[in-house]
Amino acid sequence: MSKTIQEIQEEIVDEFAMFEDWMQRYEYMIELGKALPLIDEQYKIEENLIKGCQSRVWVHAELEDEKLVFTADSDAIITKGIVAILIRAFSNHHPSEIIEADTKFIDEIGLKEHLSPTRANGLVSMIKQLKMYAVAYQTQLD
Amino acid sequence: MSIATNNIALNLEKIRKDFPVLNREVNGYPLVYLDNAATSQTPKQVMDAIVDYYSNYNANIHRGVHSLSQEATDKYEAARKTIQQHFNAEKLHEIIFTAGTTHGINLVANGFASILKKGDEILVSAMEHHSNIVPWQILCEKTGAVLKVIPMNQEGELVYEEFEALLSEKTKMVFVNHVSNALGTINPIKKIIDKAHEYNAAVLIDGAQAAPHIKADVQALDADFYVVSAHKMCGPTGVGILYGKEEWLNKMPPYQGGGEMIATVSFDKTTYADLPHKFEAGTPNICGGIAFGAALDYMNAIGFEPIARYEEELLNYATLKLQEIEGMQFYGTSREKTAVISFNIEGLHPYDIGTLVDKMGIAVRTGHHCAQPIMDFYKIPGTVRASFSFYNTKEEIDRFIEALKKAKMMLS
Repeated sequence: MSKTIQEIQEEIVDEFAMFEDWMQRYEYMIELGKALPLIDEQYKIEENLIKGCQSRVWVHAELEDEKLVFTADSDAIITKGIVAILIRAFSNHHPSEIIEADTKFIDEIGLKEHLSPTRANGLVSMIKQLKMYAVAYQTQLD
Repeated sequence: MSIATNNIALNLEKIRKDFPVLNREVNGYPLVYLDNAATSQTPKQVMDAIVDYYSNYNANIHRGVHSLSQEATDKYEAARKTIQQHFNAEKLHEIIFTAGTTHGINLVANGFASILKKGDEILVSAMEHHSNIVPWQILCEKTGAVLKVIPMNQEGELVYEEFEALLSEKTKMVFVNHVSNALGTINPIKKIIDKAHEYNAAVLIDGAQAAPHIKADVQALDADFYVVSAHKMCGPTGVGILYGKEEWLNKMPPYQGGGEMIATVSFDKTTYADLPHKFEAGTPNICGGIAFGAALDYMNAIGFEPIARYEEELLNYATLKLQEIEGMQFYGTSREKTAVISFNIEGLHPYDIGTLVDKMGIAVRTGHHCAQPIMDFYKIPGTVRASFSFYNTKEEIDRFIEALKKAKMMLS
């Protein structure tokens, strides 16, 4: 059986707990950014751009076997890392599970500073966008 | 001139003690504040003026007969006098207190709505801050006037010949910043003002970025309007001034209605107060105005010439050090510039750099700096901008370079 969002989040928290300082955490985030499942070029369009970011972030969602699969890209590598963490937690889950999921794990991996809605990287906007996709596809399934 | 001589001229050690915030840590590192073009830090002397106001003579001004109100009025008007002298305005009432540069620009744009006619032309430079573009676009929509842009070259300098070519009998207003916020370019405003005056166009100079570095003499410049914000020059936020020539200020209708700006009010007819009060509706930022005066006193006591000399030294030092970093690309390489460096490192996003150096206690600005047309010109999403002030040191620049190198290593 595949892991729940909650389980994946715990896994990510455990991984980040191994690091001793901010530098290692960011280096890992950059690594995750490089491994991000990239969005197909055709979806890198204005409509998929997330507002409120200093860097550009595109997110695309597709439904496969009642599960939502996310792909994304950004021109900034740290932003890519952040979106990669979110996608790893949310992708391949039923829309209803994504709608229900909380995002407290962001706090626990030491990225709390990015959670403020006024931060220019738009982490809050990204979470909102992923959830919006889930809501939209949930209606389709209903 | 040797470094030592300059340091003695500025007495950096003493100056840095005036700025308590410079002692704090950010993310476990001593703060290196290089975002001075966004807002400058505040010296104790200015904070003392603020505390003194609220501790001893907080009162509404210009209308009370009681002593506190008189004292507050005297101090507020004394600050206006300090500002007048600093910018060498001919008349005291040509200094209008505002909430800042943006407010001053909007005040003038509003005033010209009844002066401009359809088909009149307004020239704006290509390197303006959004706040010196949008009010004029709104004005053009209101009046049918046409906005034209004075282009810039790769070095980030205005193309003077193109400016001359754009001027005509239709030109009624010209807007140029004294110094570009995104690039640091010092524009040849005297030349621009003189040329524009040949066509009887009014010239507004956005002095927000120049005022912390250059003591502008509005009479010598013959500027029609000059606007600044206190918070860029050691003062508090939420206050600034508009300098306007009396003849223009008299031609412009009031911007906002309210208290302070009236002479008599009845339901049949209200007459407006004389300058400067005509443009100062409502209870002003009294404490802010007084603190602005204190900020100018503080900077003048150090002296704008030693400040400019030292900042140039910081600029040259930082530019030289930054060149050591591979892939360094500078934007705005005008020969005449203030201590602002806008740059990118090849292959890296400014946001990533800004985020990582912040983790090492370095405050720089990243993004489009409210000047998107400039970013479009260079076809970049934004830049990293380091802007220096007279309280910064070469040691801080070294720490900045070290942080940049570390960030680059992490990102590559």
